[in-house]
Amino acid sequence: MLRIYCPHCAEYRDEEEFHYAGQAHIVRPADPDACTDKDWGAYLYFRKNPCGLHHELWSHAVGCRKFLKVIRDTLSYEIRESSPIGGKTAVELSLPPSMPPGSNDS
Amino acid sequence: MKQVNRIVGGRCVDYDAEIGFTFNGKSYQGLRGDTLASALLANGVDVLARSFKYGRPRGIIAAGVEEPNAILQVGATEATQVPNVRATQQILYAGLVCRSTSGSPSLRWSLTGLVGRLFGRLMPPGFYYKTFMFPGFMWRFYEYVMRRVAGLGKAPTVKDPDIYDHLNHHCDLLIIGAGPAGLTAARVAGKSGARVVILDEQAQLGGCLLHMNNRIDGLPPATWLAQTLEQLTGLDNVLMLPGTAAVGYHDHNFIVAHEIVAHKTSGHKMAGHKIVNHAGRDDSPRLPRERIHKIRAAQVILATGAQERPLVFSNNDLPGCIQASATSVYIHRYGVLPGRRLVLMTTNDHGYQAALDWHAAGVAGQESDEKRGRARRQVVAVVDARPQADSPLIQAIRSAGIRVISGSAVIEAIGKRRVRGVKIAAIDSLGGSVTGKVETISCDTLASSGGWSPVVHLSCHTGSKPIWHDEYGCFVPGETIQAQHCAGAITGVMTLGSVLAQGAESGRVAALAAGFSLSLSDDDIPQAEAIEEAPGIQLFHLPHIKSTSRAPKQFVDFQLDVSAADIELAAREGFESIEHVKRYTALGFGTDQGKLGNVAGVAITARVLGKSIAETGTTMFRPNYTPISFGSVVGRDCGELFDPVRYTAIQSWHEQQGAKFENVGQWKRPWYYPRPGESMQDSLNRECLAVRQQVGILDASTLGKIDIQGPDVREFLNRIYTNAWLKLPVGQCRYGLMCGEDGMVIDDGVTAALGDNHFLMHTTTGGAAQILEWLELWHQTEWQELRVYFNSVTDQWNTATLSGPKSRDLLQGLTDIDLSGEAFPFMHWRVGRVAGIPARVFRVSFTGELSYEINVQANYGLRLWQMLVSHGEQYEITPYGTETMHILRAEKGFVIVGQDTDGSVTPDDLGMGWALSKQKRFSFIGKRGMARGDCQSRGRKQLVGLLPVDPEYLLSEGSQLVCDPAQIANMVGHVTSSYYSATLGRCFALALVKDGHRRMGETIYSPGVKSVSRATICEPVFYDPEGERQNV
Repeated sequence: MLRIYCPHCAEYRDEEEFHYAGQAHIVRPADPDACTDKDWGAYLYFRKNPCGLHHELWSHAVGCRKFLKVIRDTLSYEIRESSPIGGKTAVELSLPPSMPPGSNDS
Repeated sequence: MKQVNRIVGGRCVDYDAEIGFTFNGKSYQGLRGDTLASALLANGVDVLARSFKYGRPRGIIAAGVEEPNAILQVGATEATQVPNVRATQQILYAGLVCRSTSGSPSLRWSLTGLVGRLFGRLMPPGFYYKTFMFPGFMWRFYEYVMRRVAGLGKAPTVKDPDIYDHLNHHCDLLIIGAGPAGLTAARVAGKSGARVVILDEQAQLGGCLLHMNNRIDGLPPATWLAQTLEQLTGLDNVLMLPGTAAVGYHDHNFIVAHEIVAHKTSGHKMAGHKIVNHAGRDDSPRLPRERIHKIRAAQVILATGAQERPLVFSNNDLPGCIQASATSVYIHRYGVLPGRRLVLMTTNDHGYQAALDWHAAGVAGQESDEKRGRARRQVVAVVDARPQADSPLIQAIRSAGIRVISGSAVIEAIGKRRVRGVKIAAIDSLGGSVTGKVETISCDTLASSGGWSPVVHLSCHTGSKPIWHDEYGCFVPGETIQAQHCAGAITGVMTLGSVLAQGAESGRVAALAAGFSLSLSDDDIPQAEAIEEAPGIQLFHLPHIKSTSRAPKQFVDFQLDVSAADIELAAREGFESIEHVKRYTALGFGTDQGKLGNVAGVAITARVLGKSIAETGTTMFRPNYTPISFGSVVGRDCGELFDPVRYTAIQSWHEQQGAKFENVGQWKRPWYYPRPGESMQDSLNRECLAVRQQVGILDASTLGKIDIQGPDVREFLNRIYTNAWLKLPVGQCRYGLMCGEDGMVIDDGVTAALGDNHFLMHTTTGGAAQILEWLELWHQTEWQELRVYFNSVTDQWNTATLSGPKSRDLLQGLTDIDLSGEAFPFMHWRVGRVAGIPARVFRVSFTGELSYEINVQANYGLRLWQMLVSHGEQYEITPYGTETMHILRAEKGFVIVGQDTDGSVTPDDLGMGWALSKQKRFSFIGKRGMARGDCQSRGRKQLVGLLPVDPEYLLSEGSQLVCDPAQIANMVGHVTSSYYSATLGRCFALALVKDGHRRMGETIYSPGVKSVSRATICEPVFYDPEGERQNV
């Protein structure tokens, strides 16, 4: 069972208080109606499945009900960082500019 | 005293407390402090089981959790049956009843044993896969027979009388294993002030200190142990958990440990006719039998020790073959010498201890044995595989007059149900072949030591692969990302002095890592007398004069009857990965997870493949380390505590009325209210007609209610719902349809404008929590600029729904709100007093009749309900349940999300295109999704009504629909809702049918088991299509 730091509650809590909410940094297209079906399909369904660091969204569902970003190593389950929505985390800032967080080509 | 193998000097048993127990229907005596295994050995019971595949007789081989053979069914009554109990882990209690699970017709005369002897050679690995594949339908029969033959025990069929608990711990330091390393670590870390939990699988803390002779700090080990435990007991920050096995090591240093409480508190008496729990107690029924400790530790020290590997030779499974170290355990802890004439076979110095202990016990008991006319207990010979080993231990054996045979090995044990002798021969220095003549020595016990396997299991649980340590000749824990330290024999270090030093150091390092600093003084590191040792050799599988495949069976995995020949065959058949060999031969698949045989299996595989053990690697061990009961997994989460139950404030009234309930999410909702003599359909007919003709009352309190406030609430609703919300005037309500981004309907409900900045959203009963999270998701991650706040108010409000033509008259008599159609139109809400209680009344309808939903503060709910019912008597008010509500709404064609939809249904598919706003500036959630080509194309399943051609025929919900009754595989849809309607006087249904909207009037078929029924497709509104009744 993971132990996740909730940046809103400023406490480590057990995984069972949280809901997983998928990959983080999925940006909703500004004008959905202008999207092709392919673009829209990519936005809706295509997700990364990295072996290593993964940026994810979690909800402190039975705690403060706030969402948070978690950077988790899918290989070791180690959590590098958890942070509020918005703003960049230390790990994100250290990424090279050619690899923006959430990009699908990494 | 009938305990023929009992000797004096057992450190853990009370010689004054004899207790009786029963094995296979026969009564025996043991001592308090015995395990079931030691008590059986004390009574000279040799055969405890018949083996899994060949039905060979098996006895006790080990003294701890690694025991593969002595697996029994324990329990005096049906309710207290426990299958698969390891005799070495079961503490003896008075009145314990146990029996073998294998052996048919009896343990002594086993039919499978005969089959195994005659046909064993014809049962290679994969025998079951290869033989019982065909014909497929026979598998159920094969499986039944195999399960019976395999001896897997029997689960109880009645309720467990015991209780089980779960506990949570948070500590700085968790030490797993309370042997010399663990205790030393605990003593050091305890002094630092860190919160320490130390646990051990054994009922008595001490590990090997309980049976070894080496002095520590000049003290006998028992004295040092007692002093150390006393010191630890004096520390408030140290929690000791004996009899608690760490069974799982999970992510982020989360450890699950299983404690058998009953062992420590087992009483002395058996109850006569009272309910007796598993421990045979009737005195303290509220104590849990077992507990699960969920431990989150900042740092973990694994001090789990090592298990001795028995050697692999022919007939090494005969009862009387035993681990060398287990011999010492039985002698020193329990005062049991499990035989008379011992031959010891060893590859290392540690094995000699067993011979010394046996010899000493034999000398001590010589007089009494002679008095009773029994044969003297003696060590016949020590067989050492090493050509010229010499050390003080070996000299001690020689000077005791015991024959030491060097450079040789036991190649075969002789006997039928117990060892009668052994064949010994000289072997070459690598242990690959027999080089000398075979000598036969008579004995009744053969102890063997093939080195030690560190207990790396817990370390494996988090994904860390063990690595082979060539110098120590064992697998040691691999790299890990857990905050984990290892100390003692788990690291492969076996000398007591080093083990103690490692314990102290790991205690210091782990405490430091947890933020507690201290420096070690000399006093912290216990000193053990150093014993000079000759190095051991790596030898696993002893040679035989015949080839492995021709020699009598040489077992590697006792529990699943895997022999050395099986593994060699698997490797020859092309299984090269150790994981594949494991799965093909079933090596290590028993409940013991191959604790004894795994390394030998790896070594044999490596030899056949011509690889090193390091290259071959090992299989992984998974949780749980040792089996635990379902009771402990479940804990208190059973019976009425299985899942939380939610009741409305009106529950007591519903119960008084004899309502039948149905589960909706966690809610209990009245399903229908049967009157005496009524069938369910009678009740539904009565309730439906009452609502259509008079007035009914429904408890609608469970409907999800989300309070939404903020200046941007309208904009938010505009984005999240498919319809428009910017202009809904305060005082009004609107039905809203919610979709996912894929354009599929996920929820619906009525939302009211309570103020310009304040809305109340109703959701489906089951979806309330998910919808709240859905709203939060969009607000927090996508539209943070919108000033809007959500709160669940489901439990704060209680809702009584009056529905029916007389609801206005009824309610008007109790309220100051003007209910006239002009003053309070449909889809409006008003505030006022109902029966003197402040209330918010919504004029909405889910039945199609004139309806008022009266919301009051929840703690007034029952009062309001009672007032409405008593005042409603004059209008013949009828309470109705969810089933009637479902019928009435279906007559009106109102869908239930999740029943009439399944996550692949758009608003257009439901014929609810009217709820889609085309004008909204913002592309609401779902708009783009439902504009995809495939959501617009022909062939989509659409909501329609169905009228069975036979009006009495009730279509089954979920049944398939086809266009051609001769082509029943060509499904074009399915029935989503189906009822008998008393109002219509016939059956009707809702269905999703391909292109249904274009098929009005067509006939469709529902193939049943016996016949095909016909129905006509129609509009899904069966009653009052103009909506006049709700709008009066």
